[in-house]
Amino acid sequence: MTKPATSYPHRHLLGIEGLTERDIVALLDEADEHIAFNRQVEKKSSALRGRTQINLFFEPSTRTQSSFELAGKRLGADVMNMSVSSSSVKKGETLIDTAITLNAMRPDVIIVRHSQAGAVHLLARKVDCAVVNAGDGAHEHPTQALLDALTIRRNKGRIAGLTVAICGDILHSRVARSNILLLGTMGAQVRLIAPSTLLPAGVERFGVSVHRNIKDGLKDADIVMMLRLQRERMAGAFIPSTKEYFRYFGLDEEKLRYAKPDALVMHPGPMNRGVEIDTAVADGAHSLIREQVEAGVAVRMAVLEALARNLPNV
Amino acid sequence: MSEKDHRPLLLANALLTDPASRTQSRGGLLIAWGVIAEIGAAVTPASAGPDVEVVDCGGQVVAPGLIDMRAVTGEPGAEHRETLATASQAAAAGGVTTIVCTPETHPPIDDPAVVDFVLRRARDTAIVRIHAMAALTKGLKGQEMTEIGLLSEAGALAFTDGARSIMNARVLRRTMTYARDFDALVIHHTQDSDLAGEGVMNEGEFASRLGLPGIPVEAEAILLERDMRLVALTGARYHAATVTCRASLDILRRARAAGIAVTASTSINHVTLNENDVAGFRTFCKVSPPLRHEDDRIALVQAIKDGVVDAIVSDHNPQDVETKRQPFAESADGAIGLETMLAAGLRLVHDGSLDLVTLLRALSTRPAEILRLPGGRLEKGAPADIIVFDPDVPFVLDAARLKSRCRNSPFDGARLQGQVSRTIVGGSTVHQI
Repeated sequence: MTKPATSYPHRHLLGIEGLTERDIVALLDEADEHIAFNRQVEKKSSALRGRTQINLFFEPSTRTQSSFELAGKRLGADVMNMSVSSSSVKKGETLIDTAITLNAMRPDVIIVRHSQAGAVHLLARKVDCAVVNAGDGAHEHPTQALLDALTIRRNKGRIAGLTVAICGDILHSRVARSNILLLGTMGAQVRLIAPSTLLPAGVERFGVSVHRNIKDGLKDADIVMMLRLQRERMAGAFIPSTKEYFRYFGLDEEKLRYAKPDALVMHPGPMNRGVEIDTAVADGAHSLIREQVEAGVAVRMAVLEALARNLPNV
Repeated sequence: MSEKDHRPLLLANALLTDPASRTQSRGGLLIAWGVIAEIGAAVTPASAGPDVEVVDCGGQVVAPGLIDMRAVTGEPGAEHRETLATASQAAAAGGVTTIVCTPETHPPIDDPAVVDFVLRRARDTAIVRIHAMAALTKGLKGQEMTEIGLLSEAGALAFTDGARSIMNARVLRRTMTYARDFDALVIHHTQDSDLAGEGVMNEGEFASRLGLPGIPVEAEAILLERDMRLVALTGARYHAATVTCRASLDILRRARAAGIAVTASTSINHVTLNENDVAGFRTFCKVSPPLRHEDDRIALVQAIKDGVVDAIVSDHNPQDVETKRQPFAESADGAIGLETMLAAGLRLVHDGSLDLVTLLRALSTRPAEILRLPGGRLEKGAPADIIVFDPDVPFVLDAARLKSRCRNSPFDGARLQGQVSRTIVGGSTVHQI
């Protein structure tokens, strides 16, 4: 799998912001090939042989971390997982110290998750290798948006012109922010559905339409993207209760009927069944949730490979 | 409903007083099937069919029944103080045809099942209409918002923490923001509990003379000012529960001038009494917010006249002997008011500070508009929630004869004028003398 060096011209993947449609298409095209590759019995390439990948997770994430780990290993990289509890250390100073220490180990790519928005950008300025944002606070989660885009494109054949409804805790969601940027760049119409308490200020200016009523928001949608409701948002802090949230914002078969008959349902996982999504929908014929996980590994392989090509001394 | 209830009722020879259209005229009013069927000068006994029951009002005022936006009813949990049944009997005797009860019950009305309970009990035991307000925060604790959507579906008419203020601005902001999505009305009591501290009456010379700790008007004004900013921020439907001082009126005027759509009420106690009424440490005059200076009372009356204050509420709060027969500082806040609200309000008409139509607007039309209820007006098709009263009949109030289960009336022994001779709810007479 040799690609032209210009397919993805950036040194890092810190967010969807700043990416062009061409950048995104290049990554999606490459990821598409990795889907087929991953379905083979022999799924090990040597594209990243000799390269060192460090997964630096300041907050726990089993799914994303293992997806990156698997992606690196399938490409032949040496993968090291580092989990750092952000609560036990002082942020800022430790982050930079960690970056300097890691940099001295001469890694080729660092995958970073951090609870603070912008932390990954800060770290990227202190290291010489490529950096992938695996989620920074409520800011961005670019590989999630890319895997969502890949899943949509594989099922609908396109992204442009589709109506995508993103429903749930937009306020705290890096998944939503990256998806709003990516889907907008790719020409989709994005709708946000949430109670006002879970919408960021000025969200109307994000180039989206905003709906407080799920039935209005889902009307004739092609894709319904549900977001996970974090436990700390429940019970009176931002919404009164999970019972009420499910009643007005949870996706069940009755509400899904407002979307197009061939609408597809997505969720970044892990799901709160009976809170943001009903089991019948999560496991039903419209659901792409398992496909998203498969696309995740492929997208991360595409990203790692693209960044590795841009590293010096190739 | 019995067969008798289906019989049309004609109120003849009345002074028809419609605060919605601000008109008064002589004529009659025909009630059939629970609504006003005909109204006007042409409605006379001669125009009535043979099956119509005719009542000669003898020139008395016929007006829409009063709608009380704020009453504590005690049920469930404090039935020894009041039940929905006894509150409704007191209301009917006082000309109140709709009570909106606060969620300060035990348990508080913060769960759809409790709303359902109250509405069912009201249906089965009350003789006037009763609506329930639900709590804004769980347990009225000011920390976590309630299930505003589910409570609305269960029938909650508005949301309030009763006599408690939400001190945490972030909690109130989120609650207002969430309530706006459901177009739910937020009714907030504005008294900064930190600033009020241990105060028990209005801060000033009189409190100092009595040796009682005072509550400054700023305790109310600061929170109201904060709330106006939160309303501007969130766009919530907001009603200030009880404004009592000139400073609050200035805040409301400024907010409205800035385009913020807020409404406000005051209590019958605050427009008819002042801080001097607590002389002799009369605990029946201990209410929250406290009775203010006479200048504030005069300003409130003017504010009703010019519409800055929309509504007058009874703030009916029955307290038993145990809680009121205490040293002033230790006694509970609250006064009963359902049965005396109209007569007390008529003091303002008799002393020339308000005309009757303006008083009735504040007691019926504006509450109906704010709560989006169909009453509060005398017109064809409107609900037949009607009162007949003579505004001039003098009497001395004997609290022992009141229908409320408690006797904590600040008007006990007072000379009042104006008595309701008939109260009609949904076409049925529920009170008559």
